[in-house]
Amino acid sequence: MIANYGYKDGSGEYFITIDTEKCNRCKKCVEACPFGVMAVGEDMNDPLSDQEVAYVTEAERKRIKYTCAPCKPTNETIPPCIKACKMDAITHSW
Amino acid sequence: MADKPEYWRWTESRWTNPGLDWKGKVITAGVDVGSVSSQAVILADVELYAYANMRTGSDSPDSAMKAMNWAMKDTNLTIPDLAYTVGTGYGRVNVPFSQRAITEIACHARGGNFMYGPTIRTILDMGGQDCKAIHCDERGKVTKFLMNDKCAAGTGRGMEVFADLLGVSINDVGDLSFDIDKEPQPVSSTCVVYAKTEATGLLREGWPKNKVLAAYCSAMAHRIMTLLERIGVEEDFAITGGIAKNKGVVKRLEKEVSIKIIKTSKYDPQIAGALGAALFAKALYDKGKK
Repeated sequence: MIANYGYKDGSGEYFITIDTEKCNRCKKCVEACPFGVMAVGEDMNDPLSDQEVAYVTEAERKRIKYTCAPCKPTNETIPPCIKACKMDAITHSW
Repeated sequence: MADKPEYWRWTESRWTNPGLDWKGKVITAGVDVGSVSSQAVILADVELYAYANMRTGSDSPDSAMKAMNWAMKDTNLTIPDLAYTVGTGYGRVNVPFSQRAITEIACHARGGNFMYGPTIRTILDMGGQDCKAIHCDERGKVTKFLMNDKCAAGTGRGMEVFADLLGVSINDVGDLSFDIDKEPQPVSSTCVVYAKTEATGLLREGWPKNKVLAAYCSAMAHRIMTLLERIGVEEDFAITGGIAKNKGVVKRLEKEVSIKIIKTSKYDPQIAGALGAALFAKALYDKGKK
């Protein structure tokens, strides 16, 4: 499943995309994120599956533009969550 | 002072399957408590037995209860008859008689699959205060999704505000928005607050109501299109939620995505979430029995 967490508002599009097929539940992204944006747990959008996946926490989904800003000082910097994911399951839209 | 007519008030609906007797069957239910509307759906085994769709009040547990009571009206069913109930939507954790809460994303895919058939690949749920685009497989399992719940621009609540501003019943907005000489430019923002200001300005310039409605519907269609572009549209394509009933937006969106047939169902498009929840309730009940 390609899960897009985030929002689009008047200032732009802010989505963190997680490819749950690639996710191996290693929790490296959870450890790497200094602000608690990432979590690993039950797949809320696939209730009949028992497999855990990475997701963006409910509280952060509406403010990732601000929460993630310190990890994006320049366009060349790779945010720690993306760097930590050996499976290349995480991408940012902005 | 005379009461102001409630132009925003959309038609609530209720339905019972006339040829079905629930007795001796497994009864499962789904309740979708949304920001604007609440639905309750009852299944008898795997068949749709009854549903109700009504406005959400200020209290989520109460809205869930009211919708369920309305769906059960004249059926002799009571809450203890429900073998398993799943809650979904904005107020999903506040459904007092439910055993589990499941996200709207999963429920709309599952409900859409039942309502529109296994060929459905893209479901766009246009709710009261948010918008979700979902891709699913032939079993109604989510393969891709995008949700925008931060900003209510281009949603049902915005349309209610416009109906009220222009003094037009929300049920007539779609038809009236086509009763114009020439399609106007869309309003420049779908943000309800900005769009309302802009519309007031247009009315002052002498624009007829219908033309203002056309400009708003087309701005809404365009905004949804930009959201859809992120995940793409695969056929078959269907719209669920209250806006699905608004031709003014649906026809303009069809034009923008250049997909002609947006599938329709004989059931109220607002029940998709609750229907999905009821189908999950049945699946979870069966899983528990094994």
